[in-house]
Amino acid sequence: MRRIRSLRRRLPGDDPVPIMEVCGTHSHVLGKTGLRELLGDAVEYRSGPGCPVCVTDPTDLDMLVRFALQEKVLVAAYGDLLRVPGTEGSLLEQKARGARVSLVYSALDVLELARQNEKQQVVFAATGFETTAPGTALLILEAKAAGLKNLSVLSLHKLMPPALRQLLSAGRGRIEGLILPGHVSAVTGRRAFDFLASELGCRAVVAGFEPLDVLHATALLLEMAAAGRCAVANAYRRVVSEEGNTAAKEAMAEVFAPEAALWRGLGEIEDSGLGIKPGYAAFDARRRFGLEPGRAPGGGRETCRCGEVLRGAIRPPECPLFGTKCTPAHPQGVCMVSTEGACASYF
Amino acid sequence: MCLAMPVRVLAVEGDLATIEIAGGTRIASKKLVPEIKAGDYGLLHAGIIIQKVDPEQARQTLALYEEIYGQSASR
Repeated sequence: MRRIRSLRRRLPGDDPVPIMEVCGTHSHVLGKTGLRELLGDAVEYRSGPGCPVCVTDPTDLDMLVRFALQEKVLVAAYGDLLRVPGTEGSLLEQKARGARVSLVYSALDVLELARQNEKQQVVFAATGFETTAPGTALLILEAKAAGLKNLSVLSLHKLMPPALRQLLSAGRGRIEGLILPGHVSAVTGRRAFDFLASELGCRAVVAGFEPLDVLHATALLLEMAAAGRCAVANAYRRVVSEEGNTAAKEAMAEVFAPEAALWRGLGEIEDSGLGIKPGYAAFDARRRFGLEPGRAPGGGRETCRCGEVLRGAIRPPECPLFGTKCTPAHPQGVCMVSTEGACASYF
Repeated sequence: MCLAMPVRVLAVEGDLATIEIAGGTRIASKKLVPEIKAGDYGLLHAGIIIQKVDPEQARQTLALYEEIYGQSASR
């Protein structure tokens, strides 16, 4: 921390240097350890769009919540998604109304769920970035190999590089550097983020999830800034290679093709989602059930400022609902739901 | 959601691995890391091993988890 402060003094100005931690797990580490406050005089950490549940668009969520109430349907999802409030309630609330909603720990658990519920259509609401998408790809490959007729996937997967490109190209606020998500990078490889420095002139460091990893990445970013150097460095070599996990990328490329996706707070971003390829159409819930995103009037709870939080435009305490009407026990906005959400980590 | 944790692989069979986690065992997919074998450490994310990791680094992380969460996190 002394090193970070001394590096900060070598940079011009007196304000804390704005650094964006892209990944929700990094936000969680900064909140839990108190590093955000401890280093507040030198660095201003801003949470980025890296909590997959938080960036799921309300219209997608409303579509899912409505769909869950249909008869003979069982919706499977990762735990975080169940509590996210849509305009018509959350999946968990639908469960209380009689919908069949099942929490899964792994995409591959959905195979067993489909086998045990032969008379139900099991739909996996697949959220997450490059870390979870390979698991969904494996699920679809195995479902096809096993000839399962009652399993499909609603892909809400999102890709990190196109979102960062959009965020930085839009020039929203000054960001001195990015702390990149370590486990997304384990799949994509460090090289997938080179464009940040070479095309967009933004320095970045891939970081692990121990508090020391985050401090190390922060120091590296400030070192680069002090030296006037712009690059994408790797501070998580014990896990992240240059080219990432080839088998995971191959599985994703076999099943998915990039398509435009809606992000809460960022809008539609070209090639930032993963659609299921025509060869696997039988396992695509959108095609099978003709699912269209809901068009909720006003996009939900209006005073909530999650959208601006996700763009790094405001810090969570600047939202009028933060800590009063909106708390982890009674979340109004999506950033308060997951422990990795920016608001929950500040709280 | 994108947090993965190091786990020790106890046995492998086909695409599946028996892993040691939180003092118990669980079955995980090793399809994305075909070269992993018993005794190796892997990074587990949502039931799937996404990367092989250096054993010394993995042991250090697991020791840290144990310190934070007590005996239940690992053995």
